[in-house]
Formats: sequence, structure tokens, C-alpha cells
Amino acid sequence: MKFWRTPLDIDKLKIPHGELHIIAERCKGCGFCVEYCPKDVLVLSEEFNSKGYHPPKAVKPEECVNCDLCEILCPDFAIYCLRVEEEGKEVAK
Amino acid sequence: MSKKVALNKAPVEEKQHPMEKILRMDRIPHIWCSTCGIGTTVTALAMALDQLGLDLNKVAILSGIGCTGRVAGYLKLDSFHTTHGRSIPFAFGLHIARPDMKVIVFSGDGDLISIGGNHFIHTARRNADMTVICVNNFIYAMTGGQVAPTTPTTARSATSPYGCYEHPFNLPLLAASSGAVYVARWTALHIRRLANSIKEAIAKPGFSFVEVVAPCSTLYARLNKLGTGLDLMKFYHDNSVIKHGADPKEIDIDYQSQIIVGKFVDIDKPPYIECFNAGNKRVFGDKFKPYGGGNGSN
Ligand SMILES: Cc1ncc(C[n+]2csc(CCOP(=O)(O)OP(=O)(O)O)c2C)c(N)n1
Ligand code: SF4
Ligand code: SF4
Ligand code: SF4
Ligand SMILES: [Mg+2]
Repeated sequence: MKFWRTPLDIDKLKIPHGELHIIAERCKGCGFCVEYCPKDVLVLSEEFNSKGYHPPKAVKPEECVNCDLCEILCPDFAIYCLRVEEEGKEVAK
Repeated sequence: MSKKVALNKAPVEEKQHPMEKILRMDRIPHIWCSTCGIGTTVTALAMALDQLGLDLNKVAILSGIGCTGRVAGYLKLDSFHTTHGRSIPFAFGLHIARPDMKVIVFSGDGDLISIGGNHFIHTARRNADMTVICVNNFIYAMTGGQVAPTTPTTARSATSPYGCYEHPFNLPLLAASSGAVYVARWTALHIRRLANSIKEAIAKPGFSFVEVVAPCSTLYARLNKLGTGLDLMKFYHDNSVIKHGADPKEIDIDYQSQIIVGKFVDIDKPPYIECFNAGNKRVFGDKFKPYGGGNGSN
């Protein structure tokens, strides 16, 4: 994440991080998640699911900031993001 | 037993899609086409219910027919899939019988505003306590893309192959002038603002209305050569203007023109059951026992 200034408590803050789950069989390849992920974590894969769609895959999973946008825009309930807790630091808001 | 949705920010231990708590999973995958926007609007409703923290045993969802009309059947609430245009009269009966329940109507533009149009205006006029969410895809989608009362002038449909020549309804204006106390419009892309409006609408006593402009890829987009639902989402991104409090008279939607979104009406007016009680009290005095609790909210 880029900050417009370096926060004074930067050492105490951590960037929120999410664990991404893709339910490939449920996906209809619409690309909403790929288009609107603010961190460009996703691309549509080359592989087909059994319905013949290309589900997304995470190319930069470590960049996911757990914003949930992919999850809430997905019209097929095929992708979701879970919060990963890290010890000791407060999550940046 | 009370049950609640808890969407978003679930901890990692929970390895299931948060929507699975509120969807009837035996019916998923749903019938909606790839890049259709209806599924996204369902998540907005679930987010609103989650944020309100309502007991889901006290929430009823009703739909008419059409692609959007499938919504009620996919949700693990008290769901009613009613006949064409009749979700509002059904909702009115349910509300009168069970004023303690939150009543939500979720249906399409063709269903709610054409055959259901009279029910819509009169239930708004009576200010019955319910929330109506209308997915406006500018077309009768399920039946093959016929012209709807919302089809913009010049837009093509299966029954207007040379472009529609009629004037469409402006839904927020129709709702506001009929008496709705809460009126908002968003697109399927404005997911968080949409969820917030649905939340406010459900909490509002009286008739509340939320229009959601959403992509129909298979019919509206295809017949008008507009690409996919993703192209329509990009169009909404580039052409929506947020204007809270805009005069509903000035927010017509023309074909592929700017879409004004926002909250347009948020006023207070006694809801139907309160008026019923006040009217009878005026005539019968203490002999009349008020129905459904003081303000109908039990
Ligand atoms: C009494 C009756 N007449 C006609 C139909 C056919 N019908 C099914 S869906 C539909 C149109 C629905 O349009 P809309 O409400 O906009 O829903 P969408 O499919 O666009 O989401 C119609 C006319 C019906 N089911 N019942
Ligand atoms: S949660 Fe946000 S950052 Fe993570 S993949 Fe989804 S859209 Fe991208
Ligand atoms: S938004 Fe959902 S259906 Fe669309 S490509 Fe992403 S995972 Fe698949
Ligand atoms: S026909 Fe249109 S509205 Fe119906 S499911 Fe397909 S894209 Fe959605
Ligand atoms: Mg429609």
C-alpha cells in the first residue's frame, strides 16, 4: 500500500491481508473480480471449469488487502476473502 | 431460534463463502447468465441485513416473476415467489397479518412497474411499511427481451427492433410522486452505497423504494450491441453521477446517457397501520383497540 505521507506509527501498523478462496466450479468467468480488484491480484486463468468458463486465479495473493470487493461484486458467489490475523500489530484502517 | 447473517470479515477458520449462510445452497448455482448483475444485487441485500443485525426469522422476501423474480427462492428467509406483478399485494397482506415482520419485495422492472404498476403506486400512496427493491435492466429479460415500461427511447429490444419510440418511466419520480418516504437509485457497481441504501430503506417506517440499474448481458446488452455485463459495469463507472437530494423530475435515464444516482427522498410520514389506528380512534374513541401495536411495529 502507498501512503501519501509516512505515518508516524508505521512500525506499529500493518497492512490488512486477506486469504483468497476461489470456488472455480461456481464461477461464470464474468471478470468483475479481475477488473475491480484495487491491487490487481487476479487474472482470468487459461484453464476451463466444467461449465466452460475461465475462473480467476490469484497471481499476487500476497498483495491482497482483504477489501472484499471481489467477494461482494461477484454475481456467482464464487470468490471470497478471509481476514488473516497477525500478532502484535494493529490493522491499518 | 434466532439466526443472523455474519458477512464479511469472517476469520480464516471459516472456510465457506459468507453468502452460504443466507443462500439456499441446494439451489446454487443460480440460473443467471454470466455477467448478469442480479447476483451482485443479492449480495447488497445480504450486506444490508447483516449490518442491521436483524433476526432473519422476522424477515420475509417476496418476488414476482422474471430473472429477478428468482431472488426470493434463492434466499433462506421466509420466501414467496408470487405471480406476475403481485408481489406487492402479497407483501401488503403479509404486512397486515404480521406487522412484526420486515417485508422486502425484490423484483424486476417489468414485473413491478408494468402489470404490477397499480399495486406499486397504491401501496406507495398508502405508505405501507415495506421495502421495494427493483432491479432495472431496462427490459423483460426472462421472456426474451421484450420492451418494458423502463426501456429507454431508441434502445432496441426483441419487440422494438428499430429502437423503442415510447417514453420510459422514471422510477424514482414514480415512487416519490406516489408517496414513498424513501427513494434511492444506484447501479450494481455501487455495491457498498447500494447496501447502505437498502439498510436505510429497511429501517425506514413506511414505503421505501430502491432502484438498482443492473446489467442484463444476454438480452439488453446483446440486442443493443453493448458488449457484456462487464462493459455495462464499466459504463456505469464512467457515466454515473452521485447527486443526493436531486429532484426526481430531473433524473430521467436516456439511452446510454448519464445515470444520476443517490438518495433522493427521505421524509417522515405516518405509515398505513398508524393511519388505520388513528382513523378508527378518531371515530370510535376508546372502544377501538389499536391493531398491531402503537405504530404497527409491534
Ligand atoms: C401472468 C403472466 N404473464 C406473463 C408472464 C411471462 N413473463 C415471465 S418473466 C416476464 C418479464 C419479467 O421482466 P422483469 O420483471 O423486468 O424481470 P427480468 O427478467 O428482466 O429480471 C414475463 C412477462 C408470466 N410469467 N405470467
Ligand atoms: S479482497 Fe480486495 S485486494 Fe483482495 S483479491 Fe479481492 S478485490 Fe483484490
Ligand atoms: S466475479 Fe465471480 S463469477 Fe466473475 S470471474 Fe470473478 S469469481 Fe468468476
Ligand atoms: S437474461 Fe439477462 S437478466 Fe436474465 S439472467 Fe440472463 S443476463 Fe440476467
Ligand atoms: Mg427487467
